[in-house]
Amino acid sequence: MFYREAGDFNTSYKQDNQTFPIKFDRWRYYAVLAVAFGVVPFFINDYWANAVFVPFLIYTIAAIGLNILTGYCGQLSLGTGGFMAVGAYAVYKLMTAFPDVSIVIHVILAGGITAAVGVLFGLPSLRIKGFYLAVATLAAQFFLVWLFNRVPWFYNYSASGQISAPERTVVGVAVTGANTEAWAKYMISLVFVVACAWLARNLTRGTIGRKWMAIRDMDIAAEIIGVNPLTAKLSAFAVSSFFVGISGALFFSVYLGAVEVGEAFGIQKSFLVLFMIIIGGLGSIFGSFAGAAFLVLLPVLLKNTLVGGFGWATDLAAHFELVIVGGLIISFLIMEPHGLAQLWRVAKEKLRLWPFPH
Amino acid sequence: MPDQLLYAMEVTLNGLMAGVLYALVALGFVLIFKASGIFNYAQGVMALFAALTLVGIMEGQVPFANLINAIFGTEIHTFGWQVPAVLAIVLTLLVMILLAWCVQKFVMRHLVNQEPIILFMATIGLAYFLEGLGDLMWGSDIKKLDVGLPQGLNATIDDLTYGWFGYGFFIDNLDIIATVVAAVLVIGLTVFSQYSKQGRALRAVADDHQAALSVGISLNYIWVLVWSIAGFVALVAGIMWGTKSGVQFSLSLIALKALPVLMLGGFTSIPGAIVGGLIIGVGEKLFEFLIGPMVGGATENWFAYVLALLFLVFRPQGLFGEKIIERV
Repeated sequence: MFYREAGDFNTSYKQDNQTFPIKFDRWRYYAVLAVAFGVVPFFINDYWANAVFVPFLIYTIAAIGLNILTGYCGQLSLGTGGFMAVGAYAVYKLMTAFPDVSIVIHVILAGGITAAVGVLFGLPSLRIKGFYLAVATLAAQFFLVWLFNRVPWFYNYSASGQISAPERTVVGVAVTGANTEAWAKYMISLVFVVACAWLARNLTRGTIGRKWMAIRDMDIAAEIIGVNPLTAKLSAFAVSSFFVGISGALFFSVYLGAVEVGEAFGIQKSFLVLFMIIIGGLGSIFGSFAGAAFLVLLPVLLKNTLVGGFGWATDLAAHFELVIVGGLIISFLIMEPHGLAQLWRVAKEKLRLWPFPH
Repeated sequence: MPDQLLYAMEVTLNGLMAGVLYALVALGFVLIFKASGIFNYAQGVMALFAALTLVGIMEGQVPFANLINAIFGTEIHTFGWQVPAVLAIVLTLLVMILLAWCVQKFVMRHLVNQEPIILFMATIGLAYFLEGLGDLMWGSDIKKLDVGLPQGLNATIDDLTYGWFGYGFFIDNLDIIATVVAAVLVIGLTVFSQYSKQGRALRAVADDHQAALSVGISLNYIWVLVWSIAGFVALVAGIMWGTKSGVQFSLSLIALKALPVLMLGGFTSIPGAIVGGLIIGVGEKLFEFLIGPMVGGATENWFAYVLALLFLVFRPQGLFGEKIIERV
């Protein structure tokens, strides 16, 4: 009724293969983009930007990155926090070393540097797999955080050991530093998210994405049908780390502004992003958005109801949140291993027929 | 003898002792992995949970006191009694068995035949759940655990080594006890799995689920048993670590330290867990002692992982693990 494809004819393969083959879907997508770019920036205030929108957008990029590695290529990684730290410190060094170059270029370069580091730590994936690899990525997590903590060159010998973002502008508007307006933070994050999602979507449905999925489904069989595991796995690590690095760079420069590495990019962050893609849906770009939105909104909602509504102590609410998140992870794995993305797919199937029975 | 060498020997000894404590946690992992193929990330949090419960029972705390107070506006905190350590340990063991039953009933039963990686992620979820539950039940402040184990410098060893080398080695009494406990635990578990009926059933399940089912072994029962034993090992580890450094969140991070231990020793071998623990313990202490000052210290955070990583590249199944054979 509300969601139908009658009269929607595809007359070429190109049309048939587009991301949103159903006209209604396509218009909904344009509408979401229009609202995101044209409406939200005019109404956003500091609270909404800092509590909801900017973390949601930035975590989405990280979730897309991890989803490429874990959801599409089947290599479980617990080093996301460490790779985000690489992105953050890379952008910090670039920003302070080349103040005249645009921050957009710096963020992209930081992604590139993270990709190189990711490939380095992805090398063991050629020999080991499964949770052996997960533990190997833990090595990346702990080593990288230690490195940024202990080597003063990375934080420019600052006394506190913190890094803080200097003010940088894009087309005359400050996007980093203390004087940034809420809408500017939101816009730069949004632009990066849209670009990353577009790139990821088109990578995953092309040759390279199919190779990743073949490796995920069964690596030995994939090798026999002619997929080179070396290039497939390492390219997954590179692309994934590229996105995670961009996310880390934005997380530091746009969202937080000042960062202490162990606090902002610790092991908890790796798990948070992993939970996002489990709840959102492994192997789905939409799932990355859904999972990030869910896990950004959940603490805000819980805090508002428990602390604001019932007057609980903050730490009590935090413990309660852990129980809920843990319980949710388990129930999602039991009931819907494909996450929110699958629920969305099922809902769409239902809506196509509703209210008719057949 | 030169001082430097003596220091190195002392560091090595202390590393061995720390290694035993890592091995204690790793043991719990190996048990569950052998019997059900599940890599139980929550083992460390189980140790934390056991230690929290033990302290809570000993102090006579009311479970969920903060939660009850927040909801009903009451002001209750303790029952006002103290429970002796032995009784509290037995009660905690019962709690851990109940927990094992719940895990089997509500989580693992619904995940049979899933891929190992899904099960692994489920145990990460379990770890979060338990961590939150433990804090909700007993509060999250750092607690002191004292079940009457001696602590501090062992005077005999100090005197003895002073007599030999003119330099007394510092060995903690608690570490010696932990070593003895670990040895007893390993021997006990080996005897249990070799000679008791349940132990044989356990090995049968580890070997082949289907065949075990067909000769009339109840998988449910065995898995509850395995999780209970893992809970028991977690309790022992929790007591040792809790006495050593207080019952607090960082206790659950020793689980992460146990991972490289397992990778070195192999996931399926009990002796492997012990040897891996000793190698990691000695390796990280010696590395910190020799190389640490040159690179800024605190290398203990990552040394174990990097060692395991390098090791895996050359021998993916670990030192004592079964060879991994894959077929399409």
